[in-house]
Amino acid sequence: MATRTIRVDYIARVEGESALDLHIRDGKVDAAHLAIFEPPRFFEALLRGRGFREVLDIVARICGICPIAYQMSGVHAIEQVLGVAVEPPIRALRRLLYCGEWIESHALHIVMLHAPDFLGYPDAITMAREHGAAVERGLALKKAGNALLRLLGGREIHPVNVRVGGFYRAPARAELAALVDTLKAAQDQAIATLRWAAGFEFPECRRDYEFVALRHAQDYPMNEGRIVSTAGLDIAAADYETEFLERQVPHSTALHSALKRRGAYLVGPLARYALNRDRLPAEVQALADEVGLEPVCCNPYRSILVRAVEVVYACGEALRLIVDYEPPSRPFVPVAPRAGTGHACSEAPRGILYHRYRLDAEGTILDARHVPPTAQNQGVIEADLRQTAAARLDLDEDELKAACEQSIRNHDPCISCAAHFLTLRVHRG
Amino acid sequence: MPRRPGRPRLAVWKFASCDGCQLSLLDCEDELLAVAERLEIAYFGEASRRMLPGPYDLSLVEGSITTPADALRIRRVRRLSRRLVTIGACATAGGIQALRNFADAAEFAAYVYPHPQYVKTLATSTPIAAHVPVDFELRGCPIDKGQLLEVIKAFLVGRKPSIPNHSVCIDCKARGTVCVMVARGAPCLGPVTHAGCGAICPSYDRGCYGCFGPVAGANTAAIVREFSKLGMAPRDIGRVFRTFNAAAEAFRKEADAHGH
Repeated sequence: MATRTIRVDYIARVEGESALDLHIRDGKVDAAHLAIFEPPRFFEALLRGRGFREVLDIVARICGICPIAYQMSGVHAIEQVLGVAVEPPIRALRRLLYCGEWIESHALHIVMLHAPDFLGYPDAITMAREHGAAVERGLALKKAGNALLRLLGGREIHPVNVRVGGFYRAPARAELAALVDTLKAAQDQAIATLRWAAGFEFPECRRDYEFVALRHAQDYPMNEGRIVSTAGLDIAAADYETEFLERQVPHSTALHSALKRRGAYLVGPLARYALNRDRLPAEVQALADEVGLEPVCCNPYRSILVRAVEVVYACGEALRLIVDYEPPSRPFVPVAPRAGTGHACSEAPRGILYHRYRLDAEGTILDARHVPPTAQNQGVIEADLRQTAAARLDLDEDELKAACEQSIRNHDPCISCAAHFLTLRVHRG
Repeated sequence: MPRRPGRPRLAVWKFASCDGCQLSLLDCEDELLAVAERLEIAYFGEASRRMLPGPYDLSLVEGSITTPADALRIRRVRRLSRRLVTIGACATAGGIQALRNFADAAEFAAYVYPHPQYVKTLATSTPIAAHVPVDFELRGCPIDKGQLLEVIKAFLVGRKPSIPNHSVCIDCKARGTVCVMVARGAPCLGPVTHAGCGAICPSYDRGCYGCFGPVAGANTAAIVREFSKLGMAPRDIGRVFRTFNAAAEAFRKEADAHGH
């Protein structure tokens, strides 16, 4: 029996540490594992015994790329326990903060991490020698997202301003207005980036995903909405653990999520867009049509286009929120501890992030649960890998490895988040 | 280690961490391409799939040591590196994950994982300097990207990095922020915390929470007396020292003293 093993020991251009193992037997893919060796940090365990006011600073540290996602899912879950209702301007500021993180994270992935795969470079810095204008435009776009994070959060990474009940300090109108020109320029840069990416050559691929995302009555989802899927799921965040389960596999420090009834599913830009395209403004939908992006995109390589559409949207949404902004009467509402359990889901750049906390009457955390987007996508990432490898077994080892890595990067995995979550090893002969 | 001809070679390494400190390099949107002209980026997994073998002239190391494999890997990184600079609270003090040092790490693993036996982890999270000699430690959770650029520039010309080692308090005064502890009674770790962030928290109407770790000679006893006067319970006082630099000596001792 001929067996062949191919391994990539470190998947580059993803956040965190992972490896890939492919086992090929008699010309068929036997197993495709995304091995996550990111060392676990045990956040859920170390949160126990902390005060509810400490949670948001701590959970930000789960991920340097998407700290806002952690702060948003966290703040909403805790506010649910405490019965806190925030004023509309606070809601608007939280959405604006999330726009900053979407712009920053998506621009990083589109230009620095994903585009080099399509254009055949090892990285964006090498790519910049021949595509200097595109890389510089991407960096400017990323910088605009970071400018929002810096103003609303105090700094780009691990922002300090979100608190239970609101913000420590709400910005003045003039502070936000100072970002209008930057965001208008960013909107143009985002449109140019979308048109640029639309010119890439995309491998033929059609996957039959069950998409899962939030859906809100009016908005393209960020902080609020029900959890819905293309197979008809429609639940509140509080029912997440009734429908989804997490299991542990020996090859990974990330737990794998699955729908109890149907198995693997996909969260993230492809899912959000498939389930919420009608919530995008007409001009953003028109841009998606112009670049040939189908209303439901099942080709994971084309996720780069969906990310670019979302960046265009986030720039416009940020501008709208800034124009409409009226400072809140107070930056935060007072909160008092009480016992109970709270659940929340928000749309991290990579997909839904679920948090649950149980508090005692003094507000001390008794229990914490986090389900990051990459843990949820791990089943689909491995299924994609199997399909990618099976169609390319005639390639030489380096080409096969590159194809497998690209297949993983299609989903912008964030390993730091998921470890509690890649190396490519191909076993064949 | 002999110097190789051509541009100095940079490597960026990750151990237990959130990726935020190495992201700080990619967050240098205006400077990144210029940095890449002066230094050859020889190994930087988050940014490039081109991974050149060592030796490296400058290694930036993010993250703490929490697994047996990483305890070995950092020795190999040290052997391959002419200069090794640790970046961020995980690498310089063990990070938030060092809270396991004061708890039962096996219980932590069993709380998070259904099958903790699959997870190979050490009982402690320790800074890089506890394992290998380190040429410079850059503090912060996360590091400040301006300070990171200063470290790289200093390396390029062969001088010591100009990184101030006074307290956050000094930067806050320089910035002209009204003292949040004096004026509003907000507990603030600024007087005992290493500068570098730019005194952000007080400018956002909250007290410093110590993410750059203790300043040299930190008078934590004095700040604790002030916190008590503000009505903080001993348990809460202990907890403010048990965060991102919990294993740094001055903060560890103060938290221990408050029975946390």
